[in-house]
Amino acid sequence: MAKNPQSPNYDPTDDPKVVTASEGIKTGKVPNELPPETQTITFHQRFERNATLLLIASLAVVSIGGIIEIAPLFWLENTIEEVEGMRPYSPLELAGREIYVREGCYVCHSQMIRPMRDETERYGHYSLAAESMYDHPFQWGSKRTGPDLARVGGRYSDEWHVDHLMDPQSVVPESVMPKYAFLMDAPLEADNVTDLVETHRMVGVPYSDEMIASASGDFRVQVDPFGDYDGLLERYPGAQVRSFDGQPGVSEMDALIAYLQMLGTLVDFSTFVPDANR
Amino acid sequence: MTDNPKIDPTTGTETTGHSWDGIEELNTPLPRWWLWTFYATIVWGVIYTILYPAWPMVSGATAGLLGYSTRAEVAAEIERVDLSNADLIDSLVTVDLAVLRDNEDLHRFAVQAGRSVFAANCSQCHGAGAGGVVASGYPNLLDDDWLWGGTMDDIAYTVRHGIRNEEDPDARFSEMPPFDWMEDAELDATAHFVRSLSDLDHNATAAAKGATLYADNCSACHGEKGLGNREIGAPNLADAIWLRGDSQEAILRQLKAPRMGVMPPWQARLGEAEVRAVTAYVYGLGGGEAAVGDAEAAPAE
Repeated sequence: MAKNPQSPNYDPTDDPKVVTASEGIKTGKVPNELPPETQTITFHQRFERNATLLLIASLAVVSIGGIIEIAPLFWLENTIEEVEGMRPYSPLELAGREIYVREGCYVCHSQMIRPMRDETERYGHYSLAAESMYDHPFQWGSKRTGPDLARVGGRYSDEWHVDHLMDPQSVVPESVMPKYAFLMDAPLEADNVTDLVETHRMVGVPYSDEMIASASGDFRVQVDPFGDYDGLLERYPGAQVRSFDGQPGVSEMDALIAYLQMLGTLVDFSTFVPDANR
Repeated sequence: MTDNPKIDPTTGTETTGHSWDGIEELNTPLPRWWLWTFYATIVWGVIYTILYPAWPMVSGATAGLLGYSTRAEVAAEIERVDLSNADLIDSLVTVDLAVLRDNEDLHRFAVQAGRSVFAANCSQCHGAGAGGVVASGYPNLLDDDWLWGGTMDDIAYTVRHGIRNEEDPDARFSEMPPFDWMEDAELDATAHFVRSLSDLDHNATAAAKGATLYADNCSACHGEKGLGNREIGAPNLADAIWLRGDSQEAILRQLKAPRMGVMPPWQARLGEAEVRAVTAYVYGLGGGEAAVGDAEAAPAE
């Protein structure tokens, strides 16, 4: 053990191979051991020889970048500008959004119109941060195999969405989108919708107690144009009420189309004045 | 590392002073060009954060000396393009659509712009080539069989307000009631009569019986001879063009549970200039009709 430099009993004379720098100067031998008196070296040695310590220290260093880039977003007032018209998703829209996420629509469709002329010409006004403020997680996406969907709401009829989701090639022959006909046959029960809304409140969406209490009722009434949907419209202004898939009952198709038809429709861009310094 | 750097005799390069079992590590200096480039990038990084928006502060990020903003840039870019076409767009918005085709330059501009508008907004339903989708009932825009009229003004109105949508109170609207209350034999007879209108194979006896039913129930909208009515978007049943299929089954299906097309209003989304542009494009696809009063407008019966 005495040959181990870490050992308290370490004796350099016991280790014939060791030549320290100071000895090297005197004897003319090449030093092969770091000068033991170098404080920095011994300090650093602790990290090099202790994997856990090294891991913790690396994490601390790496997170500096994250802290500088991410942390300010939580306090900067101009991160999300206030925009009129934004409201949390209605329970049916939220359920449709879950299906959107479940089916991985974001893999091929983005929901983020960038501030470039060609994009605004094709898709409409560029997306605002506020328009994703109730998205958990956001659906900006990073790849467009299909078109951007940030403002798809109202662009096509419900019938088109049904035709297109059942068999995309029947309306757009050049499309490579897979079929989602099974959504039509999948009834959607209101059982979980209250939990779903509560979960979103937990992560920061301002659903009121009233909204949560009436979630399952709102969920059902949004596909029933003959129902009493005044409360729904009061809680979720601008919500569209109709049978989205044209069939009785609530199917996953109803929910998904309800979600698609409201995308990008909440902010009235005819009255919106963009804050230039952003 | 050490006060008196060791020089490796073979290469003449300084060593780090480390020796492992007699093997020494050369301390080759970084190439000058690399080192100075590296320093330059650091300096540039600092300059960049001063010129452009960068550092997060208490209530906002530093704006940068150049005052750059993505939003201002895209707004300027849009304005630049709009200005470069301002004359054409102004005349397009104000021109009487009926005489647009007489102004060759303006018409060419409108059709080219309309082609892009169509590809981005209309092709999803009407097809990239505007041939429609027969199986799903999306109308073909290449033929001259129009549900709601094929003059410039008719097409522009349809594009502006759409058909049977909830968003626009001025949308074109009509509704075919379901005839599921009829007996099966009556439905069958009516369908045979409808097929007889366009000389398709049909059972003459059934069709004769269906004629009365048609006169009582269908002729108000589709006309006595089945020529349709563009005021209410009732399709012409006497021609060879069928929106939802000409088979006996297809006609029965439409009688029992009619499917009716919906088109969104495009006025707000596109703006007047683009509405007119796409109108000129669709008009020119082959089926455009001259305005009423023109000789060509007389119905070809």
